[in-house]
Amino acid sequence: MNIPRVLNKKNRVLLSELTKTDFKLRYQGSVLGYLWALLRPLMMFAILYIVFAKLLRFGGDIPHYPVYLLAGTTMWSFFTECTSQGIQAMVVRGDLIRKISFPKYIVVVSATLTAVINMLINLVVVIIFALINGVEPSWTWLLVPLSLIELYVLSLGISFLLGAINVKYRDITSIWDVCIQALFYAVPIIYPVSMVAESSVLAAKIILINPIAQAIQDIRHNLITHETITTWNFLDNFWLQILPIILIVIILVFAILYFRKKSKFFAEDV
Amino acid sequence: MKKHIGTRKEINDPNNDTVIKVEKLSKSFKLPTERSSSLKQSFFNTLRGVKGYKKQRVLKDINFEVKRGEFLGIVGRNGSGKSTLLKILAGVYTPESGRITINGNLIPFIELGVGFNPDLTGRENVYLNGALLGFSHKEMDAMYDDIVKFAELENFMDQKLKNFSSGMQVRLAFSIAIKAQGDILVLDEVLAVGDEAFQNKCNQFFNKIKKDKTKTVVLVTHAMENVRQYCDHAILIRDGVVKIDGSPKDVANSYSLENAERYIEEQKEKQQIVSEYIKNLNVKLLSTKKPTQNDPIEIEITYDVLEDIDTYLGLTLWDINRNQSLINSNSKQKMCLGKGHKKIIFTTNPSTINDSTIRVNISVRDKTGSILAYYPDNKSPTVVLRRTDYADMDHKTIDAVLFQRGEFNVSE
Repeated sequence: MNIPRVLNKKNRVLLSELTKTDFKLRYQGSVLGYLWALLRPLMMFAILYIVFAKLLRFGGDIPHYPVYLLAGTTMWSFFTECTSQGIQAMVVRGDLIRKISFPKYIVVVSATLTAVINMLINLVVVIIFALINGVEPSWTWLLVPLSLIELYVLSLGISFLLGAINVKYRDITSIWDVCIQALFYAVPIIYPVSMVAESSVLAAKIILINPIAQAIQDIRHNLITHETITTWNFLDNFWLQILPIILIVIILVFAILYFRKKSKFFAEDV
Repeated sequence: MKKHIGTRKEINDPNNDTVIKVEKLSKSFKLPTERSSSLKQSFFNTLRGVKGYKKQRVLKDINFEVKRGEFLGIVGRNGSGKSTLLKILAGVYTPESGRITINGNLIPFIELGVGFNPDLTGRENVYLNGALLGFSHKEMDAMYDDIVKFAELENFMDQKLKNFSSGMQVRLAFSIAIKAQGDILVLDEVLAVGDEAFQNKCNQFFNKIKKDKTKTVVLVTHAMENVRQYCDHAILIRDGVVKIDGSPKDVANSYSLENAERYIEEQKEKQQIVSEYIKNLNVKLLSTKKPTQNDPIEIEITYDVLEDIDTYLGLTLWDINRNQSLINSNSKQKMCLGKGHKKIIFTTNPSTINDSTIRVNISVRDKTGSILAYYPDNKSPTVVLRRTDYADMDHKTIDAVLFQRGEFNVSE
């Protein structure tokens, strides 16, 4: 792919205009406006915290468990928002695609950028909560952006691939909703990995090969507590350790190739 | 997977006078035969070996060229492929085969106000629309005042678009379209917006751009007066093929004729309305088939009424080329009463009518005006009127329906 052309000025202007519009319109007409970008994940966190930490007493052995949980739910919300917006993007922007010629990936990226902005705002909240909760700032905080980028790249890959299929087969939206539900339980967000490891070490290992789990655990490890079980400290085979990264690269490359091939016909199919 | 070998190339060569070059362009669409936009359907289709779609060729081997500064009109009936052609020119659709070369910055307006969002302000919408057309913020800054001024919306730009009247929205969109600083402007049936004052402004603008030799315009339209007025080159597309590539006048005339033919086709189906009350409707031309302005046109109409009802005739002299009626008349003042054989003679003097091909349409109606019988168009008498007081094909005898009868008194 020709990088300078992909990121030329015209496309950057369009990308920023579309993202601005998306962000402006997201909470249009609501009383609390942008505050919802903060309130929604916090409310989800409150529910999960009451159910799992208080009632079911999960995570007793993890220090700073509430912030640990909050960091997980924030990243999970980011992933789901990113992918569902990204997959839908081409259909939502169908009126543009049918009438104007422009690189189609811009539509997908702009849809996901809103999720990125929301995530960054929420990350600030996570950090504030972490400091209140007594988490010591550490040099590993500097590694957090790497995991964020990794998670975003994965979301983009999924959005490109499924979004391109979704143009023709709208079933994808529904299928992905179900996948998200299933993935939520496959990723150690509400339960600690140690709980799974107690009954089956193999199951815990399989859970940690999932790139989403790997990224979220890394973020918790580097941001909240170094006692977090991660892919790196739980799996011992080097190839298994980098398998999540390899998976992401494969998904991304395949997604880009597929998207580029199909994007010529989006105007006709959407 | 359909194999696409067509290409669309954008170059920027100021020395080359050809700004749009279309060579052997073809395009076809897959039209789904049943609802196949679900995975389940396409899965079963594959299982059963059914394609689930049929292929329709929309454009077949299109060739044409547009020179710099030209005002090209693209004309054709609905479904003839004009819009597909335009979308391919604009790069929205991919050509299936053939080659398109665009030389310069092409600004497409397949639809006005693409991406307009009712929840954004007028100003925000202008910048968004600009970004979609490929203009940077800075370039839009330079155009912005011009656009707003042309749209006459200076006091409204900070209002949300949903508070604009629909006329104001269209005006804003249209102003962006014509103030956009591109070399090639592609417009799809967007004229005729706004009130009369705005229309006049657009008119002036098009006349100005017509003279500008650096700007090229491609206009798709159904309005033949626009083609005659602005274009200096036109093409007629029918069923995906370029039928005529030539002067706007030729194209406009053929297009009108094409529509007249379609009208006749439609009327053939209408003939079926024949009531049981009327039999043997016959229309005969008593006068010459090729009259001059001095020969009255005389028509004899006969029919039998089987029941005891009152009837009268509806009569239209139809100008086939200009596709409009010259005379609409009826014999309501002289109703035919009761049963029996009826014979009516109609006479008219064509001295005020210009050169034209005229068809006589006759219908028999009852008191309430509903049609009891209709004389088929393909049997209706047709006369070709040629004036002798002007040379053949003099423009004065062609352009208007009515022959010019005024006098000019020039006083110094």
